[in-house]
Amino acid sequence: MLMKREIDPTEKIQETKRDFLYLTTAAMGAVAAGAAIWPFIDSMNPAADVLALSTTEIDISQIAVGQAITAMWRGSPVFIRRRTEEEIKIARAVDIKTLPDPEKDEDRTKKDKDEWLVLVGVCTHLGCVPGNKASDSKGDFGGWLCPCHGSHYDTSGRIRKGPAPHNLAIPPYQFTNEKTLLIG
Amino acid sequence: MSGIQTLEPETKWGRFQNWVDDRLPIFTFMRHSLEEYPTPKNLSYWWNFGSLAGVCLVVMMLSGIFLAMYYTPHSQHAFESVDRIMRDVNHGWLLRYIHMNGASMFFIVVYLHMFRGLYYGSYKSPRELLWILGVVILLLMMATAFMGYVLPWGQMSFWGATVITKLVASFFPGLENGILQLLWGDFSVSNATLNRFFSLHYLLPFVIVGVVILHLVALHKHGSNNPLGIDLKNPKEKIPFHPYYTIKDFFGLGVFFLVFLSIVFYAPEFFNEPDNYIPANPMVTPPHIVPEWYFLPFYAIVRSIPWRWGGIFLMFASILILFVLPWLDRSKVRSGTFRPIFKISFWIFLANCCVLGYMGALPTDGHTFGLPNILISQIATFYYFFHFLGVLPLLAKYEKTLPLPTSLGTPALGAKNV
Amino acid sequence: MFKKAILLMFLAFMSLQVFASDAEHPPKMNWSFQSIFGTYDRAALQRGFQVYHEVCAACHSLNHLAYRHLAGIGFTPETIKALAAEKEIRDGFTEEGEIFKRPGIAADHIAPPYINESAAKAANNGSLPPDLSLIVKARAHGPDYLHAILTGYAEPPKEVQLGENMHYNKYFAGRQIAMIAPLHEGMVNYTDGTPTNVEQYAKDVVTFLTWAGDPKMEERKSTGFKVMFFLIILTLFMFFTKRRVWRNIKD
Repeated sequence: MLMKREIDPTEKIQETKRDFLYLTTAAMGAVAAGAAIWPFIDSMNPAADVLALSTTEIDISQIAVGQAITAMWRGSPVFIRRRTEEEIKIARAVDIKTLPDPEKDEDRTKKDKDEWLVLVGVCTHLGCVPGNKASDSKGDFGGWLCPCHGSHYDTSGRIRKGPAPHNLAIPPYQFTNEKTLLIG
Repeated sequence: MSGIQTLEPETKWGRFQNWVDDRLPIFTFMRHSLEEYPTPKNLSYWWNFGSLAGVCLVVMMLSGIFLAMYYTPHSQHAFESVDRIMRDVNHGWLLRYIHMNGASMFFIVVYLHMFRGLYYGSYKSPRELLWILGVVILLLMMATAFMGYVLPWGQMSFWGATVITKLVASFFPGLENGILQLLWGDFSVSNATLNRFFSLHYLLPFVIVGVVILHLVALHKHGSNNPLGIDLKNPKEKIPFHPYYTIKDFFGLGVFFLVFLSIVFYAPEFFNEPDNYIPANPMVTPPHIVPEWYFLPFYAIVRSIPWRWGGIFLMFASILILFVLPWLDRSKVRSGTFRPIFKISFWIFLANCCVLGYMGALPTDGHTFGLPNILISQIATFYYFFHFLGVLPLLAKYEKTLPLPTSLGTPALGAKNV
Repeated sequence: MFKKAILLMFLAFMSLQVFASDAEHPPKMNWSFQSIFGTYDRAALQRGFQVYHEVCAACHSLNHLAYRHLAGIGFTPETIKALAAEKEIRDGFTEEGEIFKRPGIAADHIAPPYINESAAKAANNGSLPPDLSLIVKARAHGPDYLHAILTGYAEPPKEVQLGENMHYNKYFAGRQIAMIAPLHEGMVNYTDGTPTNVEQYAKDVVTFLTWAGDPKMEERKSTGFKVMFFLIILTLFMFFTKRRVWRNIKD
C-alpha cells in the first residue's frame, strides 16, 4: 500500500505537472522567506529620529575671522574655522607633493568661500578629537594638534606630522544663506 | 555511524558529508530525525500544532532579539522606547506587533496541541515523560509571557506585575515581605524589577529551547501517537517524515500565518488592553485589572476562593496536576475515539476551561445568567479538579471502551476515523 | 451534535456584555480609517492638527511626536520648519551654566504647554491634562469615545451634584470631567470652507489624534494586503503540493 506507484498512462504529463508545482511552490516559499527576513534586517538601520538629526544647521554669523567653533554632527564634533588671510595663504603655498596625503586647499574648501574650513574633528589615526579651543595648541603647522599621539594638522586640516595617515575628513556641507551652514 | 554507507560518496557534496559525518554525525542525525523518521500515516491536522509551536518559538525569539536592540529596560525610558520602536524604527511597528500578537498565537497553538494530547491520550505510556516535558515548557512559557508583558511599562504591565508577584509571595505565609522584596529588588515594583524581568525574559526562551530539544528526543524515542491511539506494529503503517509531513507542516504553517498575519496587519490591538498605552503610574490603579487572555482560566481559579492562600494553592495545583495526569487516567485505551464517555467528559472539560477563562475576565462581584460570577467560578474550579481527580480515574475503571482495531487497515466494529 | 451545543452555549455566554461604569456608551461613528482598506482623510488630518494646535495644545502635550512626524499628515518641510521655529526649545546648558534655549527644529519633539507635570496640575485646578500622543489607543473604542467626550457636554440634570471645577459629561466615567467644554462654534477658522462647528472640530481632531497614535496604519494595511495576497497563493500552492505528495498514500 505504501507509496505504491500506480501505472498511469499519462505518467509523463503528470511528472511535468508535478515538477512545475514543486518548483513553483519552492520558489514562492523562498521568496516568502527572503521577504520575511528583510524587515528584521532593515530594523537595524538607523531609525527615523536618528536620520532626522543626520543634518545639522549652524548659525555662522557670530564667528569672527580667526575663530573656530565646534558643532555636533552625527555624533561627532565638526570644526568650523573662519580662517585669516594669512592662514589661507600658508595653506595654499604648500607644495602638495611633500604632503603625506596630498590634497590642494582649494579642493578642501568651497569656491568663493575659502575663508571657511569645515572638518570632521576626528583624528584619522585612532579617533581622538584634536584641540579646537582658542587655548589649545594649534600644533607646529598652525592648525590642530591631536593630544593622543601628537598628530599635527595644518590650516587646511591636512596631516603634516605624526602617526595619522590621512587629512581630517570634510563632511558634506553647503551654505544655505549668508548666515547658515548646513552639514550633512 | 551506519549512515555512512548509505551516503553517496561519488559527488563532492557526498564526500564532504561523509567527512563531516565521520567526525560529527550531524547529517546522519538530520536524516534520521527529519527525513527518514517513521511517522504514522494516519495523523490528522491536529498533529500540526507541535511543529507550529516550534515555529512560534522561533518567531518570538527572532522578533524579540531585534526588538531588544531598541528597547530600554529602564522605568523612565521603557514606555518611550517602545513608542519609538512603533514610530521611528524601520519596520519597528511590524516587529512589535508580531511579537505582541505572537505571544497570543503561541499560547493558542500550545493549548490546541495540549488538548489534542488530552483527547488522544498522548500522555499515556510510553509517552509520560514527553507529556511532562511539555508541561514544563508551558510553565516556562507562562513565566516568559508574564515578564514580557511587564516590559512596555504601561499601566497593565505595572499592575499586572504587582498583582502577580504579590500572588506568588502570598503562597509563603509569614515570609511575604521578604519574598516580595527579593522578587522586586525594591519595596515596590520598580526599575530594579523591570531590569530583572527583562534579563529573565531574554533568558527563559533559551531554556525553553533546551526543554523543547528534550521534548523532541522523547518524542522520537517512540514516535508520534496517532488518532487511533494504537501502537503501529507494521512498518507499512508508517511513512517517512520527509516529504510527507514536511509538506503537510508547511501547508499548516501557511494557514497559521494567514491567521496570525491578518491579526498583525488588520487587528493588531485585538488582544491588547487599552490601559497598557497609559504609562505606568504607581499612584493610580486601573479600575479593572485583567491578565492576558491565556492566564484568565488560572486567574479565575485564584479569585474563586475567598481564602487567599487556598486560591493560590489551587492555581498552582491546576497546572501541577497535569504532571501526574498519566497516572490519574490509567485507561489502557489512548484515543478518545474508542472511549464514548471519556469523549463527552473531554468536551465538558474543554467547555469548563472556557467558562473559567470567561470568568477570569469578569469582575468577581458581577452576575452572569443571574448567577454570581464568584459562584460560577467556584463550580468551574471544582469541576476542573473533579475532571482530573474524579472523572478520569473512575472512567479508567468503569468505562466500557469500544473494541480497538489491530492495525490501520482493519477498522474495528464501531470505530470511525477522526 | 454535542460539540455544537457546547459551542453555541459558549458563544451565547461570550455575547453577554458587562458594564461597570455608569457612563453612557459612546455612539458608534463611521470613520474613514476603520475599514480594511480605510485610510486617513488628509484634509481632516490637517484640520484636526489645526484644532489641536489652536485649542488642545493650550493644555495637552503631544510628547511622543516630533515636528518632522507631521510630514505624515501632508505638511511640507517648510511648514514643519516654520511650525517648529515658533517654539523655544530647551537644549542643555550654556557655557555659563544657564538653560540654553533655541528655536525648535523639525527633529524636536512637539513642545509641551507646561514645563512639567506639577506646572500642568497647578494651572488646571490640580488635574493633569493627559498627553494626547496615544490617547486614542489608550481608551476602549478610542475614536468613538473621544468624539463622544468632545461633544458630550450638557447642562447637568438637577439630581447631579457636580464637584468643584467639574463639568457634566455623560460619556466620562462618573459623568464628571475636569476639562471644561473645549470646542465652541467658530473658534477655529478653516481655510477650506469646511463647516466650523463643534461636531466638525471633534471629528477632525479625533482623526488627527488617531493618526498621532497609529501613524503607521496606512503602511500597515497596504503592506498587509501584499503579504496576505502572496501568502494566500503560496498556501494554495502548498496545499496542492501536499495533495500531490500524498496521492500515493492510502488509508
